[in-house]
Amino acid sequence: MRFRTDYEGPWGSCSERIDVKTGEWRFQRPVTKVAKCRECGWCYVYCPSGCRELKEGYFSANLDYCKGCGVCARVCPAKAIMLVREED
Amino acid sequence: MESKEGRQVMVLEGNLAAAYGVLLSKPDVISCFPITPQSSLGEALSRFVADGLLDAEMIEPEGENSALSLLIGASVAGGRTFTSTSSQGLSFMYDAYLFTAGSRLPIVMAIAMREQVAPHGVIAGQQDAILVKDGGWIQFYAESCQEILDSIIMAYRLAEDPEILLPVNICYEGFYLSYQSQRVEILRQDEVDRFLAPVAKSERPRLCLENPMVFSSYTIPGELYTEYRYKHCAALQRAREKCDEIDREFESISGYGYGGQIEEYKTEDAEVVIVTMGSGTGTAKGVIDTKRDEGLKVGLIKIRMFRPFPEERLLQVLNRKKAIGVIDRNVFYAGFCGHVFFEMKSLLSELEQPIPVLLNFVAGLGGSDITPQSVERVIDTTYSALDGKTVKPVTWLSLE
Repeated sequence: MRFRTDYEGPWGSCSERIDVKTGEWRFQRPVTKVAKCRECGWCYVYCPSGCRELKEGYFSANLDYCKGCGVCARVCPAKAIMLVREED
Repeated sequence: MESKEGRQVMVLEGNLAAAYGVLLSKPDVISCFPITPQSSLGEALSRFVADGLLDAEMIEPEGENSALSLLIGASVAGGRTFTSTSSQGLSFMYDAYLFTAGSRLPIVMAIAMREQVAPHGVIAGQQDAILVKDGGWIQFYAESCQEILDSIIMAYRLAEDPEILLPVNICYEGFYLSYQSQRVEILRQDEVDRFLAPVAKSERPRLCLENPMVFSSYTIPGELYTEYRYKHCAALQRAREKCDEIDREFESISGYGYGGQIEEYKTEDAEVVIVTMGSGTGTAKGVIDTKRDEGLKVGLIKIRMFRPFPEERLLQVLNRKKAIGVIDRNVFYAGFCGHVFFEMKSLLSELEQPIPVLLNFVAGLGGSDITPQSVERVIDTTYSALDGKTVKPVTWLSLE
């Protein structure tokens, strides 16, 4: 038998976790208008995937994990985030 | 009253016997929601905690789904846990029931078995527990109040074994056993501590701040999912032999055992074997004794462990027997028979020499009695089939 994990059940250590790129499900992605972002961090707090990252002067999504749900765009008080369809 | 071993001897109903089994096993967290015929078990445990006899968190949830769900949390944190329920309470736990098994959490749950609606009935049966037989838990069915108590202690030993790590059900018919008072001998605490010592310090994955872990991640790839399922099945296979070992060790401490996966009663020289599961077994044993006095070579097998089904043990005992009559207090709808019979039918096809007669008797549904007369009919009918008379494979006793 070829096993990928030593655990009997759905457990894993944090250091050797099996990485699933949830961003592969996305059909739309959030794009930050850098000039409008006030770095308030609401998108960081609300993001269900925990994939918002603080860059220099603005927040943006780690697209490996962002599922494109759009919660960040909805809660952004500065209306700095817009959603763009992946095919565009 | 005390036995010569210094054990308390009491007259206890099945639910109280279960409560004493839990008390002796010293769980960390208990959560029960009342439902007939299980309620007095939760009440007894609350009393033990209130009186300071049991150092456990006793949580009163708003329903059965929460009762089991919060135990999942407690078990994931490494605690020893207990809950109990019946019938619709068990149905209401269904998603948590499956989650427990898939997460490989060693939770122990007593089921005071009751018929499942519809038709409505606050009456004994096995249908509730039997319907979740494929939920990935280990299931035991008890015959007496003493067996309920001892089975709960053995359940923790089995569930928490590092090679098993599976939840365990101890099932017993409501009313017949939950409320029937019988003589029960209660093992001393030091005896139970010694018996459970091997799992008291066993390590299993748990969530804690010192060593953060990932648990039950939602998006796991298919091959890993397959691996967990495979390991779960493999653990269930190991549980059979482990159950026999644990029973033998229990016997070395208590002085009595239950035979592990199955109990064999006068089967050695028997040509006809009756198969039972649950509280009807006691009645059946009495009838077997009478028939033995009349010179018939008839014996009995009691299925204790229904999940996983005790395949090897049964094949060993039943090899070269001439006729088998299976009494079922439950219904396998699509099979038009009982569940134990259905299992036996597929199992016995593995024998080199087929057993000439295999019959099923559906009895005791909806809280009706499995009487000595009905067991006698089972034996007589099985013998008449052996003598060449044509008998239907499945007989619904009270309808004929």
